[in-house]
Formats: sequence, C-alpha cells, structure tokens
Amino acid sequence: MNPLTEALQISKLIKVVPRSRNLEALLLFFAAGLNAFEIAQIQLSILEKITTDLFTYWFPPIAFAFVLHLILRRRASEADPLILPIAVVLNGLGIAMIYRLDLASIASGGAELFAVRQVMWTALAMAIAAMVIFFVPSQLFLRRYVYVSMAAGIALLLLPLVPFIGTTINGATLWISVFGTTFQPGEIAKIALIIFFAGYLVNRKDSLAVVGRKILGVRIPRGRELGPILVIWLASIGVLVLQRDLGTSILYFGLFLVMIYVATGRAFYAGIGVAMLITGGLVASRVLDYVSRRFDSWLNPFNQENYDAVGGSYQIVQGIFGMANGGLFGTGLGGGVPQLVPLAESDFIVASLAEELGLIGFFAILALYFLLVARGLKVGFRHSDEFAKLMAVGFAFVIALQVFVVIGGVTRILPLTGLTTPLLAAGGSSLLANWIIIAMLLRLSDSAADRQAEVSIR
Amino acid sequence: MTRELRRVSLVVAAMFMSLFLAGTLLQAVNTEALANDPRNVRNIYESYKTQRGPILVDGKPIAESIAVDSAYRYLRTYDNEIYSGVTGYFSVFRGATGIESAANSYLSGQSSSQFFEQVNAVLSGNPITGAAVELTLDPSLQQAAWDALGDYRGALIAIDPVTGNILAMVSKPGFNVNRIAGHNSEKVRENYVEFEADPANPLINKTISGDLYHPGSVFKLVVAAAALESGEYTNESTFPNPISVRLPKSTSEVFNSSRSTCGSDPTVTLIYALRYSCNVPFVELGLALGQDRLRAQAELFGFGKEVRVPMLATPSVFPAEMDDAQLGLSSFGQFDVRVSPLQMALISSAIANGGLMMQPNLIESVISPNLSVIQSPQPEVLAQPITAATADALKKMMVQSVSKGVASNASVYGVKVAGKTGTAENGDNERVTLWFTGFAPSINPKVAIALVIEDGGGRDSGASGNGTAAPVARSFFKAVFGQ
Repeated sequence: MNPLTEALQISKLIKVVPRSRNLEALLLFFAAGLNAFEIAQIQLSILEKITTDLFTYWFPPIAFAFVLHLILRRRASEADPLILPIAVVLNGLGIAMIYRLDLASIASGGAELFAVRQVMWTALAMAIAAMVIFFVPSQLFLRRYVYVSMAAGIALLLLPLVPFIGTTINGATLWISVFGTTFQPGEIAKIALIIFFAGYLVNRKDSLAVVGRKILGVRIPRGRELGPILVIWLASIGVLVLQRDLGTSILYFGLFLVMIYVATGRAFYAGIGVAMLITGGLVASRVLDYVSRRFDSWLNPFNQENYDAVGGSYQIVQGIFGMANGGLFGTGLGGGVPQLVPLAESDFIVASLAEELGLIGFFAILALYFLLVARGLKVGFRHSDEFAKLMAVGFAFVIALQVFVVIGGVTRILPLTGLTTPLLAAGGSSLLANWIIIAMLLRLSDSAADRQAEVSIR
Repeated sequence: MTRELRRVSLVVAAMFMSLFLAGTLLQAVNTEALANDPRNVRNIYESYKTQRGPILVDGKPIAESIAVDSAYRYLRTYDNEIYSGVTGYFSVFRGATGIESAANSYLSGQSSSQFFEQVNAVLSGNPITGAAVELTLDPSLQQAAWDALGDYRGALIAIDPVTGNILAMVSKPGFNVNRIAGHNSEKVRENYVEFEADPANPLINKTISGDLYHPGSVFKLVVAAAALESGEYTNESTFPNPISVRLPKSTSEVFNSSRSTCGSDPTVTLIYALRYSCNVPFVELGLALGQDRLRAQAELFGFGKEVRVPMLATPSVFPAEMDDAQLGLSSFGQFDVRVSPLQMALISSAIANGGLMMQPNLIESVISPNLSVIQSPQPEVLAQPITAATADALKKMMVQSVSKGVASNASVYGVKVAGKTGTAENGDNERVTLWFTGFAPSINPKVAIALVIEDGGGRDSGASGNGTAAPVARSFFKAVFGQ
C-alpha cells in the first residue's frame, strides 16, 4: 500500500463521526415539526379539523430532506449543517402558505390550485439538488465547464424569445412552454452564468486589476480582459430588457458587479456600476412607459388614479394593507385574508406571511434568509480556492439580492419588480434554481472544510 | 479577497437592515392609518368572523347569520323575498345595501353603544356578537302590500302618521337575497349581473331610491297646499273652467284628462278640481301662485332634503328656474318634478296628522346579545309643512276624491278613506306611471300610504291611477282593517 492511499484512508477514518451532520439531522427534525405544525394550524383554523392532506403537503419535502441528508453524510460530510434545515423550513413555510391560499380559493369556488404542484416541484428540485451533490465531487469538476456554462447560460436566456416555445405572461417574455407546463429558463441561466463569471474572473483577475492604461488616474483594463465580460453582461441585461423583466435585469447587474468587485478588489467597478444602475433607472423611467408607470405607482401608491390603473398600485397597496392588518403578532395562519392580494402565492407571498405571522414572523423569515446568506458568505471567507470563493459569493449574494429586491418591492423600498422570493414563492423554475444553489453551497461548504482537514492531517 | 468579501457582507447586512426597518414601519408604526383606509376591505372580511346580528320583524328573523362549515364561518340567510327591498344584501363580494348597510354598526357589533362588549371580546378572545335590529314593519301589512301589488312593477310604503313608523315597505319585483349572500364568488357574481341586468331593477328599493318618478296628479296636493297656505284661497275658491288652457308663450294646450270641462259650470271650485283631478284649473292656480311659492311649499314638505329611515332616501326634486310654460306643466306634476313614494307618503301622513310630519323610521329597537335594549328611537317631528287648518281642508278634498271622485276605487266598505290618484306621463310612446297616495281612516288615521306602479301596470294604453293603482290601495286598506 503506498503512502498516499494510506493517508486517504486515515483521513476517511477521521471523518467517520461527522458532528455537523448530527446537528443537521437534529435541525431537520425540528424543521419537520415546524412544517407539520404550520399545516396543522392552517387546517384547524380554516377547516377546523386535521385531514390527511396534511401528510400530502408535509411529508414529501421532509422525506427528500432526509434523503439529501443521507447523501451529504456519504458525499459531503463536512458541509454546513445550517443550510439544508433553513432551506427546508423556508420551502415548507411556502408550501403551507400556498396551501392556505388554495383553501381560501376553494372556499370561494376557485379551482386553480398551486400547492400540489409546489410539492411536486419541491420534490423534483430536491432530487436534482441531491444529484448535484452526488455527481459534482468538487468545484474543480465545474472548472472544466466554465465556457460551456457561458454558452448554456446565454442559450437559456434566449430560449423564451424563440417562437412557438416562448410564452408571455403579464407582459414579460420569460417563460417557455413545454408539455403544457411553463418554465422560466432564466432562473437556471443565473447559475450557469455565476459559474462562468467565477471561472473567467479567477483566470483574469490579476490582469483586470493591474494591467491597463490609466485615464484620469483610473486604470482601465485592456479590452482583451474586460471585453468578454462586458459583452456577456450587456447581452444578458439586453435580453432581459427585451423580455421586459426589470427585476431579473437588476439581479444580474448587481450580481456581476459584486463578483467583479470581489475578484479584482477594484472599488472602481462598484462605483461605475452603481452610477450606471442609477442613470439606467432614471433614463428607463423617462423613456420606457412601463417603467415610468412602475415608478409612479411606487412613489404614490395611495393616489386613487394609480390605485385604479391597470397594472397600477392596487396590488402593492393591498399587500401593504395586509401587512398592516397583521400588525405585530399577525392574524395567525389561516386567520387573515391574504387572498385579497393578486399573486399572493408568488410575488406577494411575503406580504401574505407577514399578514398572518405578523412583524415577528416577518422578522423570523428575514432572519432565516440572512442566516442562509451569511452561511454562503462564510464559505467564501473560508474556502482556499478562489474559484470556489467567487462562486460561493455569487450564490449567496444572488439569494440576498433577490430577497432584497422582492421584499423591498413589497415594502416599498424599491419599485415593484417581478422576482420570486427564493424557496418560498410558488413557481417550479425558481424552486429548481434555488435548490441547485443550495446544493452548490452545500458542496462548496464541504470542500471549504475538507481542505482544512487535509491540512491538519499533514 | 477577504477585504472585498467583508465589504460585500456589510452591504448585505445593510440590505437586510433596511428590510427589517421597512417591515417595522408597515406593521408597527403606520399600522393604524393603513388599517382604517376605506380601501382596506379586510374590515368586511373581519365582520364575517363575528356572528352578525339578525334583522327582526315582530321578533322573527328575516335575515340572520347561520354558522356554516366554511372559511367564512357564517352564512347570511334571508327568510322571505317580500323583505328584499328593506334588508338589502350583505355580501363579501358586493358590499352591503339596505338595512344591512344602514344599521351595519349595530349588526356587526361595532357601534359605540356596544363598547363594553367589544372590550369584553378583546379580553376573553371570543368574537363579539352583533346586535339584533327589530324593525317597525308589521308582517301582515308587509305581506298584504306584497300581495296587493301582485305582478306589477312598483312600490308601496305605509307609514303610521302619528309616530312615523314605517309599517310596510315593498319594492317589486323583489329578489332572492340568498343568491347574493353566498360564499361562492363566481355564483354571486353571476347572480348579481343577472339582477343588475334585469330592466325591472329588483336590486333597488323603489320606495326610497332609484330613479325618482313623475308624480303627475298626486303633486296637486302640494299645489293645493300652497294655495291654502297662501291665505288667498279656500276649498271653495273658483277658477275659470275652459276645455283647455294654452301654456304661456307656447303653442301647447293642456286639457283635462276627460278632454272636456271640469264639471258643467262656467267656474270650478278648488275642491271639485281636486276631486276630479282636473288639470286646467291647477295650471291656472300654479301660474297664479308662481313658482317661488310652489317651490317653498314643496321644500317644506321635504323636497330637496335628505331623509334617513335609516337608509338614505333620494331627495325629491322640484325644478329650479322655470319659465311659465314649464311652471304650468309642473303644476300638475309633469315637466321635471320627480318624487319618491316615501315623499308622497310623507305628504299624506302630514295631512293625516294635522299638519305635523313625523320622521319616518324603520328601526323599532336595537337589542344587544344579552337582551338589553341598546336603542329604541322615539317619534320625532320632522317638520310642520302646513297648518292644521290646511291639513283639514286637504283631508276633506282627499276624502271626497275617494268617496265621489276619481280615486273611487280605493274606497273600502265601512272605512273613510282619503286619497289622491295620479297618472303621470313619461313622454310620447312611453308607458305611464300610476299613483295612489292617501290615508285611512280619515279620523284618527292609522296608516298613510303611497304606492307607485311603473310601466303603465304592463299596459300600453288605458291605464289610470284610479283603474290600476287605487284598487291596489283598496286591497291593502282592506288588510289593514281586517276585511
């Protein structure tokens, strides 16, 4: 037996008792209890009895969570123990609220139900997340596919513009229609482009940071380095503007800005990016009619004219009314009327939850997201591989920014844009994308710890 | 990279802080103003959680909330279509009308007089129960009015002239309120659209609201009252008696409905003109009095004023700024004069009550769930539009109108009925509006009524107040006096 394989076997022996996995299992039991409690409360409040539906909406995500947990024990035993339970709690809370809205819809004679589909998508998304953890052994594997990722990302972004399969919903051309279900490929494109950017920036970061002519005391990188990034960046934003999706444009913009800044350490990029965003927003609000109406609805939502206008402020005002009605402690799950808000189960699910769980519940949800993002950023801090660092920052920040843009839109910090709340909102593509992101963060958190373990053995 | 990561982390923290702050502003600081915004319909939903109080007639519920096994907890059910105009509806999807709307604060338990129960509800955690609202309606008279109107489109309102209590309030056609009070939004919307599209307007309580009606000859009571109040005329004052009169500065001629003179004498008395409802003498009288005096008398009777019963009644209209031709037409209730049945019933009740017009009222009492009486409105004088002498003179004219005039079909054996009919034209080729207003018995009156029949009673021609409306009044009076 050669010394290398011996060393590997020793390290395997050392990792036999993964304490973090036991903590994860404990937290998952807690998450399972919490999710069951939410659905039970909803049933007791609305139906005044517990039905077997509780099992339908509660069990599949929990079962898959434990499958994921077992896979982590085998394939990524040092992964962060908080990420999976947080994702399960948020996902379960989303299913509970969607189920609650379905019950309200049934009570008033509606037929279109979202909760069953949400559970099915959750199961699918978690299964794919499990596969990602199973088949992607480390970030090094992804490093080989940096340019493939780029091509895939661009292709996915363009897909909705292809005739026949592209579908326009609420004025935005973001969906493709396959086998009768709609899918938003832009959500997956996000992941592919994060991989590409991380890979590209790691290769070129030094020349981006150091090489280049100085103009007015600011070093401008050579076109050779900057060019491809600018092209991909502008192309992705251009496509999104064509597809009329403001929220995702802002998301991509902010995401790439942060990744370039972290890779190069040049505040210049951040400054110019923020300046571009503000000018872009102002110009768009003047030039693009739908953007200017959004702005007016944002600044004067209680104006009766904006309130009555088609696509005006009715939705946000109803969401705000709901949150105000919830107050500090909320009406209790099943006790409010969140169904009054259009899209209560997707864009406005946070307003629905805030109405029924109150400010306390709203804080708890934000805290869960904050913790999730913090765990992602922690991977960025701890990982020794710069490619992994950049990916971790990208994935963590994309969740943070998405939460900020959606909830900021609902609470009037920002103009309202069409983004989904990660893991909570109804929507298959978003669930799928976010569970892949969770899988990636788990994988990266494992290798971040792995390296340290190996170092200590040596 | 660590330095950059730290800065990015700070930005992320700042983003989350701003979200925490924005949520606090909405859910803990500006909460009150947002919750009370009239566009915040959550209050209506909230009201479904409490058991809404019943609406009672003679102690029996005509509308009540029944516990059901659904998210709304209580289903509002309505007992009988004859009350649909009075109760209105209470619907999650359409809001509320009628008593359901006007007495909502009592029914929902939110009135200030239920303050202690509200405190108790907060402390105990049990939802508050709404108060019961007992109406002044007499169920047998309500049924009689409903039956008397038969298949006609129209309305009948009966008031106790001494107290102002509304004894019957029927609007036809009625509607099955349960079809709007349900919890299936699709169905409710369908039913509502169906009711709203119905040209007979079942959703409107025609006694007090909707498009007002041309009064036609029943308005002659107001003109006669103005004449008597002026002191220049008595029942026996005489007027020239031509076949027709030409309206000033116009080519139009006004005829009596008989197309002949009003009696065979060269002059005609006021009492005779009213008894036979002759147009020509009333045009002469109206022109002689002038529009200011007519308008003043109409306003004393309540034209142009809002009255709550407690539902808001549409004010009746006497037009402003008329020329003499228009004044002539207004003198027998045409041109732009518009009235509600409530207005006509109030005029009759004032005449019946010696000139005192009582506040019309539908609410007998409000009873809290613990059976204490929260409120019971007492009779109140609304106005004194005419003197007792004028009231007596008008009463005499109306009695003759029924006993030996053109309101003869309203007469009831053994009871002295006072009344006035009207046949109002609504324009060429339009069907007429038919009226009866009056009271009985003429001494110590028990009930004053006004009834209107739309659409010529379903006939293109030949309908008249005496032929169509007076018999309805007669069958109603017969029920009042137990015949």
